[in-house]
Amino acid sequence: MEYLYFPGCTLYTKAQNLDEAGRECAKVLGFELKELSNWTCCGATFPLAKDNIMALAPPARILAKAKEEGSALTTLCSVCFNVIKRTNQLIKGDEEKREKINTFIEMDYQGDVRVLHYLEILKQEMGFDAIKGTLKRDLQGMKVAPFYGCMLLRPAEEMEFDDKEAPTIFEEFLESIACEPVDFPYKIECCGAFQSVGAPEVATECAYAILNSALKNGAEAVTTTCPLCQFNLDSRQREIREGHKDFPGIPIIYFTQLLGLALGLSVEKLDFDLNDVDPRPLLREKGLL
Amino acid sequence: MKIEVSRQKVHSEFAQKVEEISGQNLFACYQCGNCTAGCPVSFAMDLGPHQVIRFSLLGLEEEVLESNTFWICASCLQCTSRCPKGLDIARIMEALRLVILRKKERLDRLEVAELSEEFLERVPQIALISGFRKFSS
Repeated sequence: MEYLYFPGCTLYTKAQNLDEAGRECAKVLGFELKELSNWTCCGATFPLAKDNIMALAPPARILAKAKEEGSALTTLCSVCFNVIKRTNQLIKGDEEKREKINTFIEMDYQGDVRVLHYLEILKQEMGFDAIKGTLKRDLQGMKVAPFYGCMLLRPAEEMEFDDKEAPTIFEEFLESIACEPVDFPYKIECCGAFQSVGAPEVATECAYAILNSALKNGAEAVTTTCPLCQFNLDSRQREIREGHKDFPGIPIIYFTQLLGLALGLSVEKLDFDLNDVDPRPLLREKGLL
Repeated sequence: MKIEVSRQKVHSEFAQKVEEISGQNLFACYQCGNCTAGCPVSFAMDLGPHQVIRFSLLGLEEEVLESNTFWICASCLQCTSRCPKGLDIARIMEALRLVILRKKERLDRLEVAELSEEFLERVPQIALISGFRKFSS
């Protein structure tokens, strides 16, 4: 099966460890990711003002382009997924806005591309059971807390992704690669998002609450699907340590890196050197490196 | 805090502007406080989201626009997701940011020059793009 792939701005630069591992895993699992041609930034926020039609132009253009090149579009980044999926739903359901957007972008798009997150391909198209038969490294006993954050789940009626309060897809994924998922009450909380630039101290407190909760519940690592969550949970541990001297630190690993590890990809392709808190000591301790 | 409510102020032009930009009916709010209770960043807000909605409805423009609530909001949609009246509270917060950012003075909340080289080196694009879209005109 072939899927059009929209990497988004951050995956080409700061989140290569999310991108490369995701592309390599697809090859091993037997589905093709064909990069959308001439893609642009999705805008990185879904416009919440009812009259802000202009901000819908970039994601609408991405979708219209996807329609020309295929029928299903996938992303790894949760924010891109949120912006593109919500725009797709709006174009599908709101005739007036659809016309306005199409006139503006000078394309004709009706909202009929399927927008999927990479995790949905693994669950719905491949089936997590199919992954179980392809494992090359044994991650058994590794306690990983899945951090959903906001963008995959909300608003639930538009994202149609999982239960908005008690999602399970990420846990199912972790089980399929033999990790032990750690349930923790902060898994659907916000990492602080763009407050990272607006009110950094607020983002640091959000990250601290989330990581503390994961640690208290026995997690050895946290996994994410989003470069913004990753930044706030991973890189912000520097600031957390300034305010909380006893904070032990915890590695934050993209889900594609864990998948790549389980599928036996060479360590060079998993770019662990790009993670701020180095996950390699933990992986060595587990006999995985 | 002493607040004066008058017939002229209630559901004033300001409140109507917030409703228009957000597409939400402020009268629907019955002050249950679910939004504030579930808000992951309410600890840093001077007014809870439910208070901001009430103040907006009462036309207390100055009190609302002076609060930091909508600048602290991270648009995580937890409030929207849990509102029993189906109000999209994140849209109301966006409308309040825009009431300020759309004024001719263009009082941006974030300036590129204020960010250090070290931080710009470190921060992912996604944070900068979304940050500037939320905090600048």
